[in-house]
Amino acid sequence: MLDRPRSPQEPANVVAPRPVPAERVPAHALPSDPVLPLSARGLVFARAGRRLIDDIDFTLEGAGITLIMGHNGAGKSLLLRLLAGLVEPDAGTVTWNGRAPDRARATRVGFVFQKPVLLRRSALGNVVHALKCAGVKRAERKLRAHEALQRARLAPLAGVPARLMSGGEQQRLALARALALRPRVLMLDEPTASLDPTSVAHIEALALEAVRAGTRILFVGHDLAQARRLADEVVFMHSGRIAERTPAATFFDNPQSPLAARFLAGDLLLDEDRKLKREEETTP
Amino acid sequence: MQDFSGEFFDAFKLVAALDPTLLEVVGLSLRVSLCAVVIAAMVGLPLGAFLAVARFPGRGAAVILLNSLMGLPPVVVGLAVYLMLSNAGPLGVLQLLYTPGAMIIAQALLVTPIVAALTRQTVEDMRGEYAEYLATLGTGPFAMVATLLVDARYSLLTALLAGFGRAIAEVGAVIIVGGNINHVTRVMTTTIALETSKGNLAMAMGLGMVLIAIAVSINAVLMSLRSAATNAAYG
Repeated sequence: MLDRPRSPQEPANVVAPRPVPAERVPAHALPSDPVLPLSARGLVFARAGRRLIDDIDFTLEGAGITLIMGHNGAGKSLLLRLLAGLVEPDAGTVTWNGRAPDRARATRVGFVFQKPVLLRRSALGNVVHALKCAGVKRAERKLRAHEALQRARLAPLAGVPARLMSGGEQQRLALARALALRPRVLMLDEPTASLDPTSVAHIEALALEAVRAGTRILFVGHDLAQARRLADEVVFMHSGRIAERTPAATFFDNPQSPLAARFLAGDLLLDEDRKLKREEETTP
Repeated sequence: MQDFSGEFFDAFKLVAALDPTLLEVVGLSLRVSLCAVVIAAMVGLPLGAFLAVARFPGRGAAVILLNSLMGLPPVVVGLAVYLMLSNAGPLGVLQLLYTPGAMIIAQALLVTPIVAALTRQTVEDMRGEYAEYLATLGTGPFAMVATLLVDARYSLLTALLAGFGRAIAEVGAVIIVGGNINHVTRVMTTTIALETSKGNLAMAMGLGMVLIAIAVSINAVLMSLRSAATNAAYG
């Protein structure tokens, strides 16, 4: 049995959603949101007897960018996949506006992988294919695809095979393709890892433009400077659990958990931190 | 000891002179085999892709069966088609026995498992790469099959080439259901067998040369297509 009873002393790993700054509130609030609030309750994912995601409760709503941070193996990318409905949890539930994730709403939750998955087609062909899968009418597809490429400054490369593009261009294409579907929530799994500063700036600009257009972004990353630039709030994960969820300013100036403080100080969070975490959990 | 050099010379002359009998046989062979490959592609490509994408109880057994069918003995297929198409068989009313149609059916039955099994392998490899991305688009199994078939198009040429190689070189099944009737169902392989038995080695060797030339040419064209696709990152 993967799910375990929670002891009375052990605080629930519940994190309330945080308010977002007024300037990031979407211009067009949807009357009935297709996927928000996006919630996880009692989420558990284990392999080989190890809980990679350990009893997480999480709710995403409002607007802005939530940055998920933590060291390698903390469970950030796995949490993103669980929330996107790409991986089935061993216990717990994920809901998009109260209902389990389904194929009909899949394109309302965009996802960009660390290593972009591009079809063996041109840049334009990749975006057109995504629009076709989303049910966009044939007549509109090329127009919207060209618009998306234009926004990503990829219009001159529309006819180039996607797999011949540079790493930065490929990631911009993956992001442009996801944004062409006008997602309500966009999940970015370390989209700027191993990219040069110019490519990082392009990706960040696209992300911020999407937020202004009303897209809620969940961003997994390691880069503290980038987190300071982008994040409205930060979720700090450690050993498959959420150690802290606070507004970005609070996280960087006055982290609430010792684990986050050590992470910000540049300390490695190794197994000894499990002890620290247990102490933290059992403290009344 | 017999000297074959004269026979070789005569064979070259037949090919170079575009001998009408030889051309007729070559033409029928190509028509029958290409039709069989087209039918096999229409069935085998989606079948293989579906097996690569779908997850259902018994899928493993279906894959094993499909792989086993790649080695179907042609004479057994010929016999089965003969029984189906003979006057006493369930499809006798179609009067297809000893016609090119019967030969197409027999070759299609032989080629379809090859195309389907190679397609399954190719598409399954690509599915591993695309599955999560396509899931983010809410893609259903049929749309996934379509996407994977389009993106694997250049790799799948190899499957079709293997199928065509099997079809054009096949003799056992077509001789049973076609009967090797002159000007009706005589194809390259059955003609080579007949002419060799008659001692007319020039015609047999001429057809052999053409058969090998066709195989090499098709391979060369497909290899250059694949190479171009790989260079353009489409392969």
